[in-house]
Amino acid sequence: MSESISGSKRKNPILRTRLPTLPPAARSRVALGLTAAAALGRFELQQCRDCGMVQYPPREACQKCLSVRLSWTRQDDKGELLAATVLHHSNDLFFRERLPWRLGLVKLACGPTVVAHLHSAAPPAPAKLRVAVRLDRAGQAVLVGLPDKENVNMADDRQLREFTCDPKHRKVLVTDGKSAVGQALVKALAAAGAELIWVGHAEPWKRLPGFDELQKLPQVTAVPLDVTDSKNVREVAAEIGAKVDILVSNAELHRTHGIAARQGVEAARAEMDVNYFGLLRLAQEFGPAMRARGADGLASAVAWVNLLSIYALANFPPHGTFSASKAAAQSLAQCLRAEMRPAGVRVVNVFPGPIDDEWNQLLPPPKLAPASLAAAIVKALREGVEDLYPGDVAQEWLERWRDNPKALERELSS
Amino acid sequence: MRQPYHGVVLAAPVTVPYVRYSIRSAHWWLARAFSSLLEKSKLKKEEIDGLTVSSFTLAPDTAIGFTQHIGLSPRWLDHVPLGGASAVVALRRAARAVQAGDAGVVACLAGDTNHVDSFRLTLANFSQFARDAVYPYGAGGPNASFAFLTAHYMQRYGAKREDFGKLCVAQRANALKYSHALFKKPLTLDEYLSARPIAEPLHLFDCVMPCAGAEAFLVLSEEKARTIGLPYVRLLGTIERHNAFSSDPVQLRAGWALDREELYAQAGRSPNEIHFVQVYDDYPVITLMQLEDLGFCGKGEGPAFVREHRFTWDGDFPLNTSGGQLSAGQAGAAGGFLGMVEAIRQLTGEAAERQVPHAKIGLVSGFGMINYDRGLGSGAAILSSNE
Repeated sequence: MSESISGSKRKNPILRTRLPTLPPAARSRVALGLTAAAALGRFELQQCRDCGMVQYPPREACQKCLSVRLSWTRQDDKGELLAATVLHHSNDLFFRERLPWRLGLVKLACGPTVVAHLHSAAPPAPAKLRVAVRLDRAGQAVLVGLPDKENVNMADDRQLREFTCDPKHRKVLVTDGKSAVGQALVKALAAAGAELIWVGHAEPWKRLPGFDELQKLPQVTAVPLDVTDSKNVREVAAEIGAKVDILVSNAELHRTHGIAARQGVEAARAEMDVNYFGLLRLAQEFGPAMRARGADGLASAVAWVNLLSIYALANFPPHGTFSASKAAAQSLAQCLRAEMRPAGVRVVNVFPGPIDDEWNQLLPPPKLAPASLAAAIVKALREGVEDLYPGDVAQEWLERWRDNPKALERELSS
Repeated sequence: MRQPYHGVVLAAPVTVPYVRYSIRSAHWWLARAFSSLLEKSKLKKEEIDGLTVSSFTLAPDTAIGFTQHIGLSPRWLDHVPLGGASAVVALRRAARAVQAGDAGVVACLAGDTNHVDSFRLTLANFSQFARDAVYPYGAGGPNASFAFLTAHYMQRYGAKREDFGKLCVAQRANALKYSHALFKKPLTLDEYLSARPIAEPLHLFDCVMPCAGAEAFLVLSEEKARTIGLPYVRLLGTIERHNAFSSDPVQLRAGWALDREELYAQAGRSPNEIHFVQVYDDYPVITLMQLEDLGFCGKGEGPAFVREHRFTWDGDFPLNTSGGQLSAGQAGAAGGFLGMVEAIRQLTGEAAERQVPHAKIGLVSGFGMINYDRGLGSGAAILSSNE
């Protein structure tokens, strides 16, 4: 069993907030294959397509047969801890501030020996363990040795928490608490141990089902928030921005038409105003304070979640303008990711397929239940995933898109 | 069967005194080493027609840029950036060049500077594998890598911290008789054991101290050395090997274990005929690995061997008689030259207060380049006095 961390104590206003530093971020291009896998939460290593050799560190050619036909493929994550060390000295500022730091040398069942960060509950060598790939605060992939079996409070490990965005003990803003997804998110975050959840609601005069119920949760505070209103966003940020550890940008406007079916640009503009400019407004007002709090103790500012859509990858013509607004938001989210990275704040982009809500009423199943989406987002935060494709539809579309983007374009438009 | 090294000798061992930090560049240190070689050998600059250079901090230059820096026009040139294996490898290449007549007198230089922040930068960019798969893990540098090897060795073969400590204490005693060593105070086993942890199980005195410095020697024909009246030593046999045993999951042995029989056969000597040994000692576990792989004891018998012998210059197994890097300091690639230069001194009777009595045959071992999880390069040479 791992030691449980306790909730964040009130900050001492006299002490300076520690500034964020990052672990070493430089990687060769070939090593970014591991980062691409980590972004999706997959344990993949470089494997030779000709002789099957699994190798690490990543190389430009197979060390056995010299083939350059190498791909990143899923591997067995089991291994044996050969040796462990505890660093009491580091040449790097990030680690120097976090000493002592535990490391392991692990022989993987699939072949290579790897250096890995080591969970405090991993037993002394020799021992069986599991190796996971995680993104570190610099946004680069690292390997982490975990105990063979899950244990209580495992996510509370001091080192592991540097790689994850666990909502436990953190303060979260969910920008729209009225939608089905928003309500499911608030419940899931509360269950995951979030300390405080601000729930945005535009148009407070609209009384939508479930919202009154939601406000009864002890962690929840309702905040009037309209992401299309710059002044309002600025005021809310001034009030709570310096305390938000995780921001979930889930407000969206979804209309179901393409180009020819509707005259004028008003509906498309309204979609852009929420889905694209809404994100931009939030990023401008909440981004700076979150960047300043990237290393603020055990409950630092840690993640920014964007609810996008699988249609951001390729346009779904029946929902054509919505797709375009989500593509724009994805591009902006990449910019935000680059700007948040120096602070170690992770931008998590979520690409669901059709959600089972009123705007997808006419789409055939399978559709993603709001509660499943919320659970997937919480899991992604806990595991430090950066790009989330929740549910079967999104997973299948992702595979199609990775395999052949042009084919997906044709498939979506037929 | 490889050709012997008849007619090739080593001479003019020189050291540019180490300092902890230097504001000079590697070029300054290498130039001082080259100048010391000329002074010691009484040769003119123009008479040096071959050059090898080993350095980590010479970048963006390599050996060729350094020739223009010091105004030298060699007809044979080699850049040997192999860290702790540099001296043996430079010697092997220079010896063949001299034998073949491609060069008459080769200056083998190694030197590095050490600015206050240069060690961190060297670590961060040491190799592609280090940058991708080691440095992001706590940035402990070689301390972390050797902590793994040490922990594994201790667990597997029952070595105790006291065993490593005994070597460190003996080397410090040797260093106290070597004026260029940076460590000037005696070290006791208690002090060794109670030092602060660096990367468990490594503690402070298990780790070399990076510094600036340079070492050099000449490789030339015996005839030439005799003509100019320079004391010299002979090269009886030498080996090198890189990336040996790559499928071992963790390093417990290196290339020596593969090639040692050839080394002793070429030299016509056996381990019990060696009068002193200079091994690469960036961490004491590597000393044990070399003693085993070079056949002074069996694999895993290192701890028992340490308990049975005394390693000071006047002990029954003189080892790292100038203090090794652990007590002299690690001047980058010059650390790979420390043992070679000391061996030449011992065999030419220039080792002053720490002179090993009746030293006729010495073994020098090199080990270098922690590219990822282990040292890749290994080499060794057996030298003899000219008597």
